Amino acid sequence: MLAVRNLEVVYNDVVLVLGGISMEIPEGAIVALLGANGAGKTTLLRAISGLLDHHEGEITKGSVTLDGAPINGLTPAKIVGRGIKQVLEGRRIFIELTVEENLRVGAYTDSRRAAQNLDRVYGLFPVLRERRRGVAGYLSGGEQQMLAMGRALMSNPRYLLLDEPSLGLAPLLVQQIRELIEEINRQGTAVLLVEQNATMALSVAEHGYVLETGKVVMDAPARELLADSDIREFYLGLGAEGAAKSFRDVKHYKRRKRWLS
Amino acid sequence: MIEFLQGVAGGLGDGSVYALLALGFVIIYKSTRVINFSQPAFMLAGAVLVSYLVGPLGFYLAVAVGVLVTAMLALGVERVAVRPMIGKPVFAIAIITLGIDIAMRVVVNGFIGTDVRQVGDPWGLASRPLLGVPVQERHIAMVLTAAVAVALLFAFFKYTRIGLAMRASAVDQEAALTQGVSVGTVFALSWAIAGGLAAIGGTFVATGAGADQQMWIIALKALPAIILGGLDSLEGAVAGGLIIGVVESLVGTYQADIAPWLGNNFAVVSPYVVMLLVLLVRPYGLFGTREVERV
Ligand SMILES: Nc1ncnc2c1ncn2[C@@H]1O[C@H](COP(=O)(O)OP(=O)(O)OP(=O)(O)O)[C@@H](O)[C@H]1O
Ligand SMILES: [Mg+2]
Repeated sequence: MLAVRNLEVVYNDVVLVLGGISMEIPEGAIVALLGANGAGKTTLLRAISGLLDHHEGEITKGSVTLDGAPINGLTPAKIVGRGIKQVLEGRRIFIELTVEENLRVGAYTDSRRAAQNLDRVYGLFPVLRERRRGVAGYLSGGEQQMLAMGRALMSNPRYLLLDEPSLGLAPLLVQQIRELIEEINRQGTAVLLVEQNATMALSVAEHGYVLETGKVVMDAPARELLADSDIREFYLGLGAEGAAKSFRDVKHYKRRKRWLS
Repeated sequence: MIEFLQGVAGGLGDGSVYALLALGFVIIYKSTRVINFSQPAFMLAGAVLVSYLVGPLGFYLAVAVGVLVTAMLALGVERVAVRPMIGKPVFAIAIITLGIDIAMRVVVNGFIGTDVRQVGDPWGLASRPLLGVPVQERHIAMVLTAAVAVALLFAFFKYTRIGLAMRASAVDQEAALTQGVSVGTVFALSWAIAGGLAAIGGTFVATGAGADQQMWIIALKALPAIILGGLDSLEGAVAGGLIIGVVESLVGTYQADIAPWLGNNFAVVSPYVVMLLVLLVRPYGLFGTREVERV
């Protein structure tokens, strides 16, 4: 189990971005993390994968634990070594390298099983096999997302953190990415899925968290979230009035304050 | 014609040395975004080390050990003086490397003294005919050695795990971090490689005439080479080095006849003239990326 307890994150010593977040990603599960722009979703992923340093950010309180052992404070390389891999927002493939070179960099921490993992990745993403010698920068958006995911899988991680994989993709491709996430999970990898596309995320996840300005404001089984009228209103665009008020103002949500940690 | 070919051959020889030094600059720039002005000191250190080691070890072993030690030295300098500065403005770090250069040269000069130190190479100033053109043996050795070094380097970046990681890190450091690549390793290794290349270059500069306190100035010719080739292109560094070498050599061959009014030593400054011209028409170099930042 990957768990976050009471996590507080500050950027540049002043900007408090996460204010006491708790969350659990059980072994083998798919968990969705929803929230508007700037809610702190990416920051949470950075806190888990050790990338805060790179952004002048810092965990000032709380902990990140893997199977009970704290991993906050470890270098990104060590955290990858423990089987946690993040796919950055915006794909971030190595554009000047070929597709296969990108994948080989993904195998950096597990080069002994690179051939085996390469087969698995090509099995999951046949397009990548076809384009293996091509320069990655020339792939389409959907293919780049697949490459970013395939690259992460090259070290066979236990936990995959996906930051907005559907961003900027056509509906058909979003559907395909959704199915790939299911397949990756079926093969034994737990997924923390950060999405603004709530419909997609909640349709694959078993559990979901809703983040708003650095706080978890809701935490429930995905089925319940999908049915929740406020979620429908604010994240699925299916609400009655669709006013631009804060989620915090919603009466229904105030009734059940179980999100307070 | 013979004169022309001889000029080209000599230029390619010297140019290979510029290429090795330029490669060091580019490798460090690509992986760390640091403009490293301390290459001249490493070049000098390498040559002087070889001049001390050649007695007990013989030339080839002395070069191998000298290259290794200089690489280690560069790695240490990066760790102690440059790494803590990462994140500071590019300009500030460039100035620091300039300081490192001066400080190191003061130390190395202590080992040179006032005399010229010989690296004891087997070539001296001997020439041999190559396709009917007399060519200095040391120039042939330079071209061959540089060719082997460049081939090894390109293979390293293409096929090895860490070489690939270095390229990945040059493209997107954070994305490389997420793959478990340790940026510290990449930084250290790029400095070590640059140091090793500088030592090879320095040794070759010292073949023939030997190493003295002024030798470091030669390393500055890597600057026109990288401006010409592009700050972020390995191929550009090689091409730029060779072109600068040939230009300098041909200017030296013909300028006194064609344009005597330019003075006696115009060949020495010709690389910088080329550099200025390139900066005017194509500031990102022949092979470089257009948006590379400049100091
Ligand atoms: N390096 C940084 N330095 C300072 N503040 C930052 C930094 N990165 C993010 N922030 C701030 O932290 C807050 C949360 O940002 P974060 O990127 O985690 O949000 P997000 O939920 O991922 O948003 P999006 O959906 O737009 O990706 C924002 O207000 C953002 O401006
Ligand atoms: Mg984000």
